[in-house]
Amino acid sequence: MSAATVAAPAAPPRPRTHAVADAVTVAWRNVLTVRRNPRLLVFATVQPIVFVLMFRYVFGGAIKVPGVPYVDFLMPGVFVQTVTFGSLQTGIGLADDLQKGLIDRFRSLPMARSAVLVGRTLADLLRNVFVVLLMCAMGFLVGWSVHTNVIAMIAGLGLVLAFAYSLSWIFAIVGLSSPDSETAQAASFPVLAPLVFASSAFVPVNTMPGWLQAFARNQPVSVVVNAVRALTLGGPTSSAVLKAIAWIVAIVAVCAPLAVARYRRVV
Amino acid sequence: MPDVAISADGLVKCFGSVEALRGISFHVDTGTVLGLLGPNGAGKTTAVRILTTLLHADRGEARVLGVDVAAEPARVRGIIGLAGQYAAIDENLTARENLRLVGRLTHLPYRQTRARGDELLERFELTDAADRLARTFSGGMRRRLDLAAALVHNPPVLFLDEPTSGLDPYGRTELWRVIEELVDGGTTLLLTTQYLEEADRLANNIVVIDHGQIIAEGTSAELKAQLGATVIEVGFATNQAAAAAASRLAPIGSVDVDGQELRMNVANGASAMLETVRALDADHLEPVTMVLREPTLDDVFLSLTGHAAEEEAADDAAAAAPRRRGR
Repeated sequence: MSAATVAAPAAPPRPRTHAVADAVTVAWRNVLTVRRNPRLLVFATVQPIVFVLMFRYVFGGAIKVPGVPYVDFLMPGVFVQTVTFGSLQTGIGLADDLQKGLIDRFRSLPMARSAVLVGRTLADLLRNVFVVLLMCAMGFLVGWSVHTNVIAMIAGLGLVLAFAYSLSWIFAIVGLSSPDSETAQAASFPVLAPLVFASSAFVPVNTMPGWLQAFARNQPVSVVVNAVRALTLGGPTSSAVLKAIAWIVAIVAVCAPLAVARYRRVV
Repeated sequence: MPDVAISADGLVKCFGSVEALRGISFHVDTGTVLGLLGPNGAGKTTAVRILTTLLHADRGEARVLGVDVAAEPARVRGIIGLAGQYAAIDENLTARENLRLVGRLTHLPYRQTRARGDELLERFELTDAADRLARTFSGGMRRRLDLAAALVHNPPVLFLDEPTSGLDPYGRTELWRVIEELVDGGTTLLLTTQYLEEADRLANNIVVIDHGQIIAEGTSAELKAQLGATVIEVGFATNQAAAAAASRLAPIGSVDVDGQELRMNVANGASAMLETVRALDADHLEPVTMVLREPTLDDVFLSLTGHAAEEEAADDAAAAAPRRRGR
């Protein structure tokens, strides 16, 4: 059979884009998936509780921070740390969908190209809202107190969530570039661990060796932790918060287009 | 609707140094079934991925209902359904939710999504399992659900990539029945398969591909006429006996000898078997084994290319397979 000539068809309608509706549909699916999957549910609920308790009672006595009770210094660090490790889930979920052929199905449907990624990151944001509220409740139970006011605290939590959302886009790229979820997880950890631990999350940066301080002071986890600390402990906030917002905007601006491009080309 | 539903014209695709497709052309008339038959790594999946907008061809043109897949992929996605090699369903959703997901993503009105879902569950005999999580499903049920998901938006053109690979014989027969019903309803279908029996049963036309090239095409009857409808295999104790038998049996069918084994392609199995027995008996040639069987893809390949349809690591493996594992 050689080149077949094809008559002009009764043209199928040009599809409208449904970017928002499609993203909401995918988010709905991902939220259902978390609810149905005990492993994910445990990850989302038990881990934040354990982290708050562990840092409060295991390290809380050993670490002294001048001027403030350690629990009040600690909580912003625990928030940021938990959502940072949690953002791995975005990559793991996408790698899993890819491996199971679901991404192929989505890519063969007349849906918006951005929807799978936006839906996934929105679902992860929702999960983080739940996680952060849970950690707040735990924090208050173990003696966390906010030195400023409710509005500043809410702004701080908002910053934590926005940071988590920006990280989701980084791990979307990792997930779409990994052959399976185990690889996505293994590839992410060596990047995440130094970001979380070589930071101001648990100890003041000035206790670290000099060569590490420059990195630890300016990397995004520290910057966001410092901003949330400023918002909950009091003191000058605007420069710390602006730096944090700059990091968040920069990460989304760079990684979201890269992730969507990766999604289009993925084989 | 145009007469030609699917057309591929000179498709070329390379993955690094591996040439997965070396310029293949075929077309599928509206309302008919084309079977793309070939071994692993022949390029079947690559061709399907290009036609379903998942992959760009390096050269050549592909159209579905006259719409160029490279120029207007979004329009093509609205008129095709795809079920790939592995059931692409969400295991953490129920069967009903899986279909609703696809309905919403293809922008069916809410009522229609529900009605269509119920109708498909009924048709694919999944109504009793409709509210169970898909991860509890058997392989056959997963495939049926996957196929149902590909049909939610009622696409006039359907692509099935090895729909029955990995299924047990019961699951395979079940799926064949469902596919036959679809085709009776007027759906145009392109189906890839490694099984001659499957292509034979489901396809109007068959295109045989190997190493990214078309090596034969025609109806199942035409291919079989070229090949012989039945295979007789006879094993002997010695090479000499096999050689002697080969010259004795040559008038009955086309004979290949490989050491002590002898293979014949024959048109009429039962009477050829009888003739074979008589001829061997007359010459006192005593076989060790004797088998009458349907030709397989291996026989097609052996007779068309002179090599067996062995598995190869190239092509489809490079194209898609390694990121997904069968379950």
